[in-house]
Formats: sequence, C-alpha cells, structure tokens
Amino acid sequence: MSMRTPLKFLAAASLTLSAGLAMAFQPSGKVDCIAPADPGGGWDFTCRSVGKVLEDLDLVPGSVQTINMAGAGGGVAYAHTVSKRSDDDQLLVAASTATTTRLAQGQFPGMSADDVNWIGAVGADYGVIAVAKDSKYKDLPALMDALKKNPKAVKFAGGSANGGWDHLKVLIAANKAGVDNLPKIPYLSYNNGGEAMTQVVGGHVDAFTGDISEAQGFMESGDLRILAVLADQRLPGKFSDIPTAKEQGIDAIGANWRGFYMPGKISDDARQYWVDAVDTLYKSDEWKDVMKKNGLMPFHPGQGQFEQYVKTQIDDIQALSKEIGLIK
Amino acid sequence: MDTLNYLIDGFGVALAPHNLMFALMGAFLGTLIGALPGLGPANGVAILIPLAFTLGLRPETALIMLTAVYAGAMYGGRISSILLNIPGDEPAMMTCLDGYPMARQGRAAEALAISAVASFIGSLIATVGLILLAPLLARFALTFGAAEYFALFVLAFATLGGITGKNPVKTILAAALGLMIATVGIDLSTGVQRFTFGTLELYEGVDFIIAIVGLFAVSELLVFIEEKAGAGREMIRVNKLSLKWKDIREILPTSFRGGVIGFISGVLPGAGASLGSFISYTLEKKILGSKNRFGEGDSRGVAAPEAGNNGASSGALVPMLTLGVPGSGTTAVLLAMLISFNITPGPLMFTQNADVVWGVIAALLIGNFLLLVLNIPLVGVFVKLLSVPPMYLLPMVTMVAFVGIYSISHSPVDLYFMVAFGVAGYFLRKLEIPLVPVILGMLLGPEMEKNLRHAMQISDGDWMVLWSSPLSITLWAIAIAGLVLPVIVGPILRRRMKAGAQPD
Repeated sequence: MSMRTPLKFLAAASLTLSAGLAMAFQPSGKVDCIAPADPGGGWDFTCRSVGKVLEDLDLVPGSVQTINMAGAGGGVAYAHTVSKRSDDDQLLVAASTATTTRLAQGQFPGMSADDVNWIGAVGADYGVIAVAKDSKYKDLPALMDALKKNPKAVKFAGGSANGGWDHLKVLIAANKAGVDNLPKIPYLSYNNGGEAMTQVVGGHVDAFTGDISEAQGFMESGDLRILAVLADQRLPGKFSDIPTAKEQGIDAIGANWRGFYMPGKISDDARQYWVDAVDTLYKSDEWKDVMKKNGLMPFHPGQGQFEQYVKTQIDDIQALSKEIGLIK
Repeated sequence: MDTLNYLIDGFGVALAPHNLMFALMGAFLGTLIGALPGLGPANGVAILIPLAFTLGLRPETALIMLTAVYAGAMYGGRISSILLNIPGDEPAMMTCLDGYPMARQGRAAEALAISAVASFIGSLIATVGLILLAPLLARFALTFGAAEYFALFVLAFATLGGITGKNPVKTILAAALGLMIATVGIDLSTGVQRFTFGTLELYEGVDFIIAIVGLFAVSELLVFIEEKAGAGREMIRVNKLSLKWKDIREILPTSFRGGVIGFISGVLPGAGASLGSFISYTLEKKILGSKNRFGEGDSRGVAAPEAGNNGASSGALVPMLTLGVPGSGTTAVLLAMLISFNITPGPLMFTQNADVVWGVIAALLIGNFLLLVLNIPLVGVFVKLLSVPPMYLLPMVTMVAFVGIYSISHSPVDLYFMVAFGVAGYFLRKLEIPLVPVILGMLLGPEMEKNLRHAMQISDGDWMVLWSSPLSITLWAIAIAGLVLPVIVGPILRRRMKAGAQPD
C-alpha cells in the first residue's frame, strides 16, 4: 500500500508522456463503461475493475461509471453504441470472445465488427479440455484419436449454446488434430460451465470444454483431469503443471479475451488516447494485481494489433460455423 | 466436520452488521407482508425482490434479506388467520381452525404467541435438517444425469397441483402458459432463435424476475384499484398476553412432531408447505385422540400446523439448493433470484459459493431467533399495521417495483414487459388461474427440455435411456403417484379441509 503513491506518480508521468505524443484529446468529466450484461458476470467485472484502475492511475479525470445493459448476449449494448452514441468519445463497452462469436454468426442483425472501434484487450481466460478423474483418456491426442475413429465416440459438455465459444473450442482443437466430420461431434449445451462440469464429474458426459477459471474448483478437488489448456504457452502459477495442446502436437489456441470497443465515429486522436490508456493500464502493477487476484491470464496484442486480431478471429469463427452448418 | 466449519463461516457472513441489519429488515417486512390477507409468501418475496436491486445489494446480502423475508412471511401468515379467520396463504389455512376460536375466546395474544413459538421450533428443526441433509444431497446430485433430471422435472410438474390444487385444469393451463413463455429466446441446443421476431430484447428470452414482479406485484395493484379497498380494516383488539411456561410446555411435543413432518413434506418437490401443515394437524389430532379439543380453540391445534408449515418452508430449500428444483412457489422465486446473481444451485454451489449458501442457512437460523424476538413483544405493532389502508401501501410497492426492475438493466423495455405481465396477471387472477405454476413453468420448462434433448444426444436417440437407471425409475414412480393420487385422494382431503375450516 505504501508503494501506491510513487507508483501512481510514475503512471501519471508515463501518461503525460504518452499524452504528450497524442496531445489533441483529453477526456473530461465522467466516463461511461457499458457492461452488456446483468451485474455479477464477466463483462460487469471487466468494466468495474478496469474503471477502478483507470481512476487509480489518473488516466481518467473523474470517475468511470459502470452501466449494465443486458440483452441479446451484448447485442442490445452493441446496437445502442452503433445507433445512439456513435460519436461519444468517453464511452467504453466491455467485450469478449462471446461478442466476436455472435458478430461472426450474424447474431447482431444488420451490424458488423466495422461499426465500432476495437480498443484493446486486458487479459484472457484460456480454454481447457478436461475429463473426469477415472476417464480412460489420459492426454489430448488419445481423446482426439478416439474422435478420428468415430466422431461420436466422445461427447462434450460446455456452458455455451450450440455454436457458442465452448463448442467452438472443441472444434478448433479437433480441426487442428485432423478430425474429419466436425459436425458429427456431439456437443451438449448447459446453462454454464459449472453445470456442464458436474455432469462430466458425475460420469454422465465424457468430456468438458470450458475456461480454466471455471475448471479450477473441480481441478483442485481432484475430480477433474485437465487434458490440455488451449494457450500459446503454459499458464503461470498453480496452472503450470497443465500441458498446452500445442506441446502435445495439436496447435489449437482458445483465448477468451476480455477487452473493449468504442463507438465507430470517434476522432483518431480520441481513439489513440484510449488505445494508449489501455496499454498503460495493462502494464501497470495495479492491473497485474487485479489479474492475479481474479485468475485472469496474460493476453494483450500490442499497439494497434487488437483490431486485426478481432477481425481474424471473426473470420476463423465464421469459417468454422459454416463448416458445422450453423450459418450459411 | 466440514459442515460445521462452513456453518461457522456462514455465521460470520450472516452476523456481519449490515447483513444482520438487512436480515432484521427482511424479517420485519416479511412478517408484515405475510400478515396481509391474500398476499402470502411467494408474493411477498416477489414484491421485495426489486428492493434488493434498488438498494444495490451484494448477492449474499440480498439473499439473506430475502430468506428472512421468506421466513418472516411464513410467520406473518398466521396473524390474519388467527385474528381475521382469513388465511394469508394456503398453508396458513389450517391455523384458522383453532386460532380463530382462540381469538374469539379472548385468547388472541396467547394464540399469536403460541404460534410464534411453534413456528420457531418448526423452523429450527427443519433448518437443522437442511444443514445435515443438504451437503449429502448435493454430493448425491452427481448421480443425476440428463435422464434422471428429466424424470425429476416431470415429477415436479406432476405434483405441481399438489393435493390442495383447487382446479387441476387451470393449474395445467397456467403451467403451459409458463412453458410457452419459456420457449422465447435462443435455443441452447441448436443455437437458433425462437419466437424473437428479430427483436434484440427478446434474444435471451423473458427474464424471470421481470415476469415474477409483474405477475405478482403489479397485478396486485391493479386488483386493488378495481376493488377500491381504501378504507382499511377495522381495528382488531388483542388482549394482554398472559402466557405461562405450562402453556408452552404443553405444545412442545406437538411442535417437534409438526416440524419433522413439515420438513419431510417440504423436501419433496411440489408437495410443499400446504401438505406439511395439513398432515401435521390431522396426525396430531389422531395422536392426541380424545384428549384434544381440536377445532374449539386448542392451543396444540395452532401449534401443529404452524410448526408444520414453517418446517416445510425450510425443507423446500433442500431440493432448491441441491438440485435446482424448487419445492414450492416461494422457493421458485428464490431460485430465480439465485440465477440472476449467476449462482447455480447444485454440488458446486456448496463449495464455490460456500459463503452464499452457508450465509443463507445461517441467516435462516438467525432469522428465526429474530422473528421470535420480534413477534412476541411486537405483535401489537403488526396488528396495527394490518389496519394501514392499502391505499398507502400499494403505491409504495409499485414504486419499489419500477425502480428495482429499472436498476437491474437500465432498460425501459423491461418496464414495458413488467407492466404487460402485470396486466396479464390481473386477467389471470380474474379467471382464477393460479400464478405460481406460470413461474414454475417458465423456470422448469427450459431445463426439462434441455435434459430431454441431452438424454437423447447421449443415447443417440434411444428413448429407453429415460427409465434405464433405478433412480430414474423411482422418480417416474413418484411422479405417476403424484399425478394419480390427488385425483383420487384430493377431493376427499379437500372436503375434510373445508369441513374443518368452517366448524360451525
């Protein structure tokens, strides 16, 4: 705590530097952050925790107010941003892979990823594929081999809808492992990861697909064996024992990133200011502390690369969704 | 021993000053709402849900407050039964039988005090039962696969009308209405939108909380406006309390038996509190034999149903917390609340949200003490509040409902929906179609559908999977019994209840 003031000073100093480069835009007054869901979920967390750190780092002049705007899995907030506040340069909207998935599958009718500005990511939750502790599958290749012989051999349970992110992670991994006939792989959709895991631990469904943060409870109790984490490299801390899919020869990445978009018609200066602000935030010790406390993993495509990342992700998801026949 | 540790942690949560304050407030408001004739606990909790959102409470605080409301409403139900001979809700009906005669004999204060003590004992026994049984059952929940869950939901629907359901056809109609509303939104199993007509607001379906508040709270206001019952009730006189230790000792065995019976009937999904109070009253009558003066103002006749219905109300939390299947209308409302806080009932909840679950259980224990302390000295206050004209009360309820619903998602569309549900609720009431099955249909319908489809996916379309395990066969058997028995036994029981309710 005693470190706080000098850190704040440092952050403020580095901000003046970056602001010195951008110059033209400075936020004034209140900044809004829309969480496109009810209080308590991931987007709500993104807004509230980022808002707090932005305030602590003096990256915003006043306070950041979180506004919950649930509906259509983020669609209501997306439509609101595009149609009603298209030039509001003090409005951040929390987003994640769920947002890009819905965009890719055309579930925000009449809207596309080009309608907004993608600002930056502040971390991610990585996908895992797991089985019950007494399952016959000991590693990911064994599970994938079974699918190659018969795509119906392994049934997956996940917390998203059919075609949602948890389902797509299975398909991404199976695709990379060379399994044909992706649409045949059975996917059972539950209300959330917890329910899905309970079915896997209870021995009713073969495998679980979800995020590492969800799997933590049953992993620690020993009921769940995580076959692979879908990350570029092993995760830090207590997760370092879990092998990645990549090191098992299946180059599948499933990052459920958390970040922000802003309205589409803001000035370039304003856009640059917020891209820099998110960069500064991501590198700060305050944010590292938040990430550690909440099990958020490193993920931050560098300056200006986030927009490209989002668009590539949307293209990939579109291709997969077409392959399984979810969209035409 | 884990249970004990968790419970101690739970007390830590529940005894935090702000949580305690909200528990006290909930207990007070709950008693008040339970006492208003015709409202009842399900409505009471539904009306107070928006308050939790208006105040921006944390999940555990909100749940603690609403659990206290729940317990309080069960206590409050007896006040109007005893003093006015109007039961606040169905479970309180049996309390009229001996409570009202006692009040007419000038022993209203004693009847109120005895019912408070019996309620306390009933709740206490059932809460201990909940503490012992819930963690076991939560582990047992792992044996429930898709087929077993499907059978369990069928069971919940089959026993929906229960033994006291007045008109089975209307109950089925109401449940079907709930099921229909539940189909709106994205279909999880195929990812396809159903009945959304391209409206973004409908993509995630209709929010339970909005439906509940609209159906119960807003329609209450409409019914009131129509009746213009602004005059308030005449003052009811309550004598000075002269309760002796002997009077309490006399009702102790009755209360213990009532609590146990109530708990067991509460645990069965669908059966609920009405059954608990009814069975414990009739059983007690048999046990006491010729020694009883039931129906003429016997204090044990007040104690038995009160212990029974309070026992059942805690018992109904067992299937709700462990399996996510509500045992009664009120627990259905609490379940909707849990879901809106992103907390999923089941084995995981007992470890991942231990603070919430055990906080709530501890709050139930503390709430009961609070209620006992509140109820004996303050009974005069509640009686006075009974005579507050609804013309002051209902506008406040409506205001809280609007502010609360708006503060959840800041969407005016939600308010339109709430009003629409209020109007629908008004017409349903006019047609005497019960509202609770609508909510249960909305809550249970999607789960039932999902589990049926999962069972089919797992078995590759083989229907036999639905009755392939001993557990699912047992559940089917209970479901069939629950469906058939009321048709045979129901009319007989209802006739007896009616005969009992009008002793003259």
